[in-house]
Amino acid sequence: MKTNLKHFINGFVKENPVFVLLLGTCPTLATTTSVISALAMGLAAAAVLICSNAVISLLRKVIPDKVRIPAYIVIIAGFVTLVQMLMEAYLPSLYDMLGVYLALIVVNCIVLGRAEMFASKHGVGASILDGAGMGLGFTFSLLLMATVREVFGAGSFAGVEIPLLSDYAIPILVSPPGGFFVFGMLIAIVGKLSKKPVKAEFGCEGCPNAAVCKQSTEVAE
Amino acid sequence: MIKNLIVILMASVLVNNYVLSKFLGVCPFLGVSKKVGQATGMGIAVIFVMLVATAATWPIYTYLLSPKYEYMQTIVFILVIAALVQFVEIVLKKYIPSLHKSLGIYLPLITTNCAVLGVTLNNITDGYGFIEAMVSSLGAGLGFLLAMVLFAGVRGKMEAADIPKAFKGIPITLIAASIVSMSFYGFAGVIENMFA
Repeated sequence: MKTNLKHFINGFVKENPVFVLLLGTCPTLATTTSVISALAMGLAAAAVLICSNAVISLLRKVIPDKVRIPAYIVIIAGFVTLVQMLMEAYLPSLYDMLGVYLALIVVNCIVLGRAEMFASKHGVGASILDGAGMGLGFTFSLLLMATVREVFGAGSFAGVEIPLLSDYAIPILVSPPGGFFVFGMLIAIVGKLSKKPVKAEFGCEGCPNAAVCKQSTEVAE
Repeated sequence: MIKNLIVILMASVLVNNYVLSKFLGVCPFLGVSKKVGQATGMGIAVIFVMLVATAATWPIYTYLLSPKYEYMQTIVFILVIAALVQFVEIVLKKYIPSLHKSLGIYLPLITTNCAVLGVTLNNITDGYGFIEAMVSSLGAGLGFLLAMVLFAGVRGKMEAADIPKAFKGIPITLIAASIVSMSFYGFAGVIENMFA
């Protein structure tokens, strides 16, 4: 049980997918313009992550090694479609808000990365906890970044106006350049606080393409 | 008709740039943009895959999935793209080895690139016809190439700069990306008035 709990906490702090592992940058930048959309994106990704981790862990002895990546993609895409359909039916306004980024959970490095790195090697219980930890760590990071962007960029929190700040909002923080800027600042702050040197390179560890990627950049150089 | 196509092309290259304003394909944008040559290779490979992917997924959606099986869109598109990239790689390796040598190494990376899946999904959501969809994919790819090459230039200059310790590596790269993105922000409004 203790090790299981460790898997869960790991995703939150030590291996935080967004600020430490630097995975899933696309949704991090795109959906953090408001707190509500960040929360919805985070929870949707977490749901997919938990379900796909569980199923992949159950099937890990059945799936042949050679076709594992396509098999994982099919499983993940299935759950993404499920989440899409449920959201369209019950939360249509959020569905419209997230738009194409909801479908793009399929190619999110965090989901595929955890399938390849964790679920394919561990039991069901541990995989579910790992998925939950990573998913909630992702949600938490998105919320943190969205809070900074919405409070200072739009002068509101989850759509509720903050009296004094709304007069001095900095609209550029909610726009695309502000996304890159706030993300860079937050990584620098997290690196400074954790006293660990910030990674010099973009995170590839969790990405199933890492081996090919490394090889290709070496060849190109 | 042609006017419309030019507007779509320019809009997806400059105003709705996939990397800098829609944040699709950020990973390769930050990962493979250290050298201009590398960035160009990756950019050209992306244009190629985007065009092939759109040419395959648009007819599949229009004639097979719509209107009854629209919910299968995500699964079908990602599988088609993955299979297609593998297929293209095999064909290139066999028949045009020189091209495979320069582009082939980037192809497997592109399968799980969110920009490719994103552009095919967006073409459907925007209700484009086949030619419009192809033009918008070309624009998206060109925009990606442009952003990659510009950013590789910026990063080259940055290597000589004295950067505060906490900002070394990723943070300063992201802040530089923010400034490049801001310069693209200036294009907003250009398209609406292009033919006025």
